[in-house]
Amino acid sequence: MINLIKIAVRNLFRYKRRTILTSSLIAFGVVLVIVFGGLAISFKTQMVGVITNTALGDLQVHKKGYVESIDNLPLNISLSDSEYADVERSLKAMPEIAAYSPRIKFGAMISNYVQTSNIRLTAIYPELESNTLPDLIKRIKSDIGDKKNFLKQGEILVPENLMKGLSLKVGDEIVLIATNKDGSVNGIPVRIAAMMENVLGPSGKDGYIHIADAMSLLRMEKPEIIEVAIKLKQFDQLGKVHENLKKALSQQPTQKEVHTWEQLSPFASIARIVDLLILVVKFILISIVLVSVLNIMTMSVYERISEIGTIAAIGTRPSRILTMFLMEGFTMGLLSNFIGVLVGVGVLLLMDTTSINFTFGQMNVTLAPDIPYSEILLTTVIVMLVSIFASLQPAYKASRMEPVDALGHV
Amino acid sequence: MSLIKLENVKKIYQTGEIPVTALNEISFTIERQTFVSFIGPSGSGKSTILNLIGSLDKPTSGNVIVDNVNVATLDRSNAAMFRGSTIGFVFQNFNLIPVLSVYENVEYPLLLIKQIPVSERRERIHSLLEKVGMIDYRNKYPNQISGGQKQRVAIARALVTNPKIVLADEPTANLDHKTAFKVITIMHEMQKTFGTTFIFSTHDPKIVGEAEIIYTLEDGAIVNQEIKQKG
Ligand SMILES: Nc1ncnc2c1ncn2[C@@H]1O[C@H](COP(=O)(O)OP(=O)(O)O)[C@@H](O)[C@H]1O
Ligand SMILES: [Mg+2]
Repeated sequence: MINLIKIAVRNLFRYKRRTILTSSLIAFGVVLVIVFGGLAISFKTQMVGVITNTALGDLQVHKKGYVESIDNLPLNISLSDSEYADVERSLKAMPEIAAYSPRIKFGAMISNYVQTSNIRLTAIYPELESNTLPDLIKRIKSDIGDKKNFLKQGEILVPENLMKGLSLKVGDEIVLIATNKDGSVNGIPVRIAAMMENVLGPSGKDGYIHIADAMSLLRMEKPEIIEVAIKLKQFDQLGKVHENLKKALSQQPTQKEVHTWEQLSPFASIARIVDLLILVVKFILISIVLVSVLNIMTMSVYERISEIGTIAAIGTRPSRILTMFLMEGFTMGLLSNFIGVLVGVGVLLLMDTTSINFTFGQMNVTLAPDIPYSEILLTTVIVMLVSIFASLQPAYKASRMEPVDALGHV
Repeated sequence: MSLIKLENVKKIYQTGEIPVTALNEISFTIERQTFVSFIGPSGSGKSTILNLIGSLDKPTSGNVIVDNVNVATLDRSNAAMFRGSTIGFVFQNFNLIPVLSVYENVEYPLLLIKQIPVSERRERIHSLLEKVGMIDYRNKYPNQISGGQKQRVAIARALVTNPKIVLADEPTANLDHKTAFKVITIMHEMQKTFGTTFIFSTHDPKIVGEAEIIYTLEDGAIVNQEIKQKG
């Protein structure tokens, strides 16, 4: 075996220029996958993190039919006191759930007594909300003293775009006007506590008020909860918890619906496109390896026909000749992959030290790609397997040569 | 029992329209520990005979028995193993493996036979390289040595597995006369030292004198057999 590897390596270095050229091509493909994979995965995790930790949560529960008409922010598709109690009971029974936060969502008018505009509001219990969305306070742009109690009764957090549009300042008194589900209009004065950074997707440009204020604005006797945002202890349990929660809620007398962030956010499709792109890059790599290894191995076999005849004549069995050429293709792939991984990881580390910033839909994203270990492993396995696969045909051809004919070939 | 026995061997090459009869019903035997030569003009069938004995090729009809094995019955893999253990080859174009050093070229056939311990392997290679006068060149590569030197290495390679037979098809065709003669002399010495049966072919009457038994071929038939006194 060691002897076969030795012969394979020496044969590769026999045609240095050709080997280096092919090797660089494969290495380039590997670098492409690693760098692109690293960037894309880092971008995805950051974006998903922003969306689930500052806006949507991991899962959301609504009364059946709400998400269908979510654009209208209907107030009548809400959970009654007893329905919300049922939901709470189910949530508390699931150990995978870290926190949850009930919300009332509605559309309102915001007025600074001079100008009026529309606003989407999310009414929350600040403590529950920040337990569920740990990074929500990071979106608060203005200086707020008490991070725990970031929103008191009588206060509002206004999204950036409205602050600018209505030339509002922190501390300003404004009026919120809303129509409740029976059609009666009401207004309350609130004070601007802080400005919120906009993020991508639904609830990304919502204002936040206290549930108590929402109740008085909408003239509710008891909170009529529209949605419950849920945070999991471990994000990778999303699918399982989603299923279990659906099952648990379906046992209850009235129908509820559970959605994952993916079903609620337009970013989920962007994430899928990113995944698809990674896949495309991998296919490019596979084609590069396939074509270049097949090419170099075919050349190798045709250049060495009389050598193959010699080793066959002096007693090398066909199976060993096959192994010898497979080993050569495999070594080629292994070597190129090694170089590619080194360069790829190097590029990623370089990017980490320079940390590239860019804005994605009003969000500031810093690309500090992690080394995508699983991608590297997968890429290595792909390159190995494809190199062997691409060598199969030429190697088989070599092993099937008749020694007499091969010897006679000059 | 003779080491090699050919019975009514016919070899017809079927390429294109006209079949070529390379060997026409030839029969002969070769005994152990002899130094045999086939001489004849180009196309007379020398290579065909050696290829049949070497189990590189199969007869169209007739039997080729080598060391009690009918070579026609061997499949590719078994034929390779048979060659590896029973036969050594020396080629006209030397055919050393270019990526292996002189030492490694001689070692190569031994690596195909698993059961030889490393120390014995080293000893055998060293002693053979010494005998053919190439020990000082053991770390050189084939492209760094001359044709005559290559052929000496090839002789060492052919002998390293202690084969019963060494086949050399026109081993001197690419060498000048003086070198050719030296190579044949070394082959004869080795034959005497190891008791191996050496069979070589040539079209050069000047170097055939070293052989003990000389078969003359013409158009695929043996036209003359000369047996000299063993010396
Ligand atoms: N592979 C082959 N295909 C067709 N004809 C061949 C082949 N090998 C040898 N011959 C023919 O068989 C005859 C004997 O060839 P060969 O044994 O090579 O002769 P020698 O080695 O004495 O020159 C020649 O006529 C040659 O043309
Ligand atoms: Mg010939």
